[in-house]
Amino acid sequence: MSRNALINELRAVVGDHYVLVEKEDVIVYEQDGSIFQVMPEIVVVPGNVDEVAAVMKAAQRGGVPIVPRGSGTGLAGGAVPAEGGIVLSLARLNRILKIDLQNRIAILEPGVINLDVTKAVAKDGFFYAPDPSSQAACSVGGNVANNSGGPHTLAYGVTTNHVLGVEVVLDNGQVLWLGGEVSDTPGYDLCGIFVGSEGTMGVVTKVAVRLMQTRESVRTLLAIFDEMDVATRTVVDITAAGIIPAALEMMDRTTIEAVETGSPVGFPRDAEAVLIVEVEGVLEQTDRSVNLVHAICQRNGAREVRVAKDDSERQLLWKGRKGAFGAMGALAPNYYVQDGVVPRSKLPEIMRRIAEISKRYNLRIANVFHAGDGNLHPNILFDMRIPGELDRVIEAGAATLRACTELGGSITGEHGVGIEKKAYIGLLFTEQDLEAMSRIRKVFDPDNRFNPAKLFPTPISCGEMRRQPANIPAGLWI
Amino acid sequence: MSEPALHKQAQPHGSKIATLDLPELYQCVHCGLCLNQCPTYRALRLETESPRGRIHLVKAAADGRIELTERFKDHLYLCLLCRACESACPSGVQYGHIAETAREILGPPGSKLARVVLNFVLTQLLPYPQRLRWAAALLRFYQQSGLPRVLRPLLPERLQKMESMLPPISQHFFSPDADPLPAIGARRAKVAMLNGCVMPLFFSEVNAATVRVLRRNGCDVVFPRNQICCGALNVHNGESEAAKKMARRNIDVFLDAGVDAIIVNAAGCGAAMKEYDHLLRNDPAYAEKAKRFSALVKDATEFLAGLGLVGRLAPLKISATYQDPCHLAHGQRVRNQPRNLLKAIPELQLKEMDGSDRCCGSAGIYNITHPGMSQHLLKEKMQSVAATQAEVVIAPNPGCILQLRYGSQQYGPGLKVYHLMDLLDRAYSEAESSSSNAV
Repeated sequence: MSRNALINELRAVVGDHYVLVEKEDVIVYEQDGSIFQVMPEIVVVPGNVDEVAAVMKAAQRGGVPIVPRGSGTGLAGGAVPAEGGIVLSLARLNRILKIDLQNRIAILEPGVINLDVTKAVAKDGFFYAPDPSSQAACSVGGNVANNSGGPHTLAYGVTTNHVLGVEVVLDNGQVLWLGGEVSDTPGYDLCGIFVGSEGTMGVVTKVAVRLMQTRESVRTLLAIFDEMDVATRTVVDITAAGIIPAALEMMDRTTIEAVETGSPVGFPRDAEAVLIVEVEGVLEQTDRSVNLVHAICQRNGAREVRVAKDDSERQLLWKGRKGAFGAMGALAPNYYVQDGVVPRSKLPEIMRRIAEISKRYNLRIANVFHAGDGNLHPNILFDMRIPGELDRVIEAGAATLRACTELGGSITGEHGVGIEKKAYIGLLFTEQDLEAMSRIRKVFDPDNRFNPAKLFPTPISCGEMRRQPANIPAGLWI
Repeated sequence: MSEPALHKQAQPHGSKIATLDLPELYQCVHCGLCLNQCPTYRALRLETESPRGRIHLVKAAADGRIELTERFKDHLYLCLLCRACESACPSGVQYGHIAETAREILGPPGSKLARVVLNFVLTQLLPYPQRLRWAAALLRFYQQSGLPRVLRPLLPERLQKMESMLPPISQHFFSPDADPLPAIGARRAKVAMLNGCVMPLFFSEVNAATVRVLRRNGCDVVFPRNQICCGALNVHNGESEAAKKMARRNIDVFLDAGVDAIIVNAAGCGAAMKEYDHLLRNDPAYAEKAKRFSALVKDATEFLAGLGLVGRLAPLKISATYQDPCHLAHGQRVRNQPRNLLKAIPELQLKEMDGSDRCCGSAGIYNITHPGMSQHLLKEKMQSVAATQAEVVIAPNPGCILQLRYGSQQYGPGLKVYHLMDLLDRAYSEAESSSSNAV
């Protein structure tokens, strides 16, 4: 099929306005929230499931790569078309199709914005638990693709714990439901396979999610520390005391500087670290937890502990925390964020190591992370325009991931593998693991056209990967 | 596997555009938090019509990766310049500066004819208050004659629509009848007021009301002579030369007045005047003066809430909803002050609408240049308003008032639209007449 024939067919399906081919249009789809850029040939923005199915069929006949995209807020290059082809934006599939409070489920189209789900049910005392920092912009479909987490992952788990079923469109345009509105369906958990598949198996067009009931009382504290070591030890102590906060977040001095420069919320600029601790439950329980957390912070030597007085103070703390990545632009033109995980008890150690890495590579690293589950987000700040700086950044990034695995952790908590971490996936999986996974992928994507060059190192060779951890195809970096 | 029909293209490199290579571009880390706050992205769900997309387009043009084509221009001009993205941006990217600079290079929007007309208005009409008054007087004559009834059916559809959106020109144009207009009661401040280009012609009564409220709150009010239109429309539509001239004139006459604050009751003008320092940053003779000037500029609501209202306000038994003008909420970060003033009026019931800080589609002359998108946003806005069941919408900005009145004609008959100063003035004057009646 020629390029023009394909474009004409797509136009006949979704209409002229929603097939973009001019350079001044497709160029904006060359990026997501990460530092990768590759321009798509065609961007298609279908308006319903039938159109998605027709686009899939056309792409199959044309033998063209297809990269699904939600809001494009991902941090690992998941929505960047590494091999060109079609970017399939699901932004127009953004209706909340059903809310069933009695059964506590909602059926959503993939382009629905994460926060809009909670907004739609909040007045009835419900919420949707997965809350990535980008929740004001990221899509539910993107969350499914990346099995996204968020600050409240600590208490509620990640996306897969909240998805009951998905409607998907396969490579041949076939539409089917995997899982459903009830949990515990028999047979293979195919829905589970799609969650976290990063667009390598098909396109999700509906998502059935679990809704949760808002707790009677939510209390949020901000603990301020003059030493990072003291802050990390406090995290260990809080969880050791048997309190499971709903969220336990840490931000270091550099992150505070970014937030306070970009969109200030009142974090103290001279602190070495702050902890945001949120506890939930019945009133008596949260009162007790707040007092206990307060006492642990003080015993460890926190400079100050502030308890949010009302909802607007709470919201302000979260605004600062959730805007932290985006605020990095206030300090540097580019940031490269890692997503490593370490066992909680190793937090003091890993933070020391990251400080050493920062010094060794002469790069500023801003740490903002889910301390409660040891999910780190070191943001390496840099300027792409300075020759050679990017190489140093990649090396420093690899060094932080190596440090995480050395301490018994993992290379990604919640951002997905995408382009960014596929070179490191060999640090975590054996060749056999990867081959098993790639056979599953082939069942759904025999032509290797769905989000190609993602997730798996190509060709699979862990030895190669280990020797050359920064083996990212040339030209993928900006 | 079959060979893909499509291959990655090498990226051609054209000539770079240094004037577009703004520092603000490097503050955007394309996190996407602006997307869902952008009215045009919400409507079309296309990245090209989002703040992040437009910033990327400008960056690509600055780098010489794309040309400044008509399509590029369309993307930049579909933006309402509401700056909701600036409120959402964690990095504090000043998107307005990026868009305005790009428009300056692109020139005014629209067809060749539209550009000629717009250029005439921006450079030959707005900078000349006397010409504006003549034009308005002519328009008033037209409106009061029987002509509209005869002419309207003969106009092309688009002009018909524009004609129907035109508000009645005020019977008397506002001009101050004393200098200064003295404070009533203890004197608390001396302020200068921007008369504005459109306000004294279409909203003569709002200016009069603003003056009365300021005086009742202990302000001597002056209207420096030789003041001029603020130039906001020029800056928003890619005209900067006349805009800079107007800014320099206003800086000179207002700084000469020696006042505590410069009061503006039109949000778009206030935002533009607070940014004269940016507009004139490369003008060595004016950069410093512009900074002093901009620091003095206050929206009327911002100033009064800061000063603290004095005097008795009569109860107004109305249920009202508040529309945040974009250039007040996003452009000037003034959100609580107008609400606090409304709460000071006894018995006024304030019902918040969903998305009160989302653009109503007025956006300067956007409702004329982009009627389709403007109408879409207006319809959404009127639905939010209707859901509150309020009888009154309050919007302290002339553009919003015109647009919302037009909206109420179409979707919400009976709905009243007022400037906040109208209501405060009414509460004060009713309190006064009731106390004088009691005596």
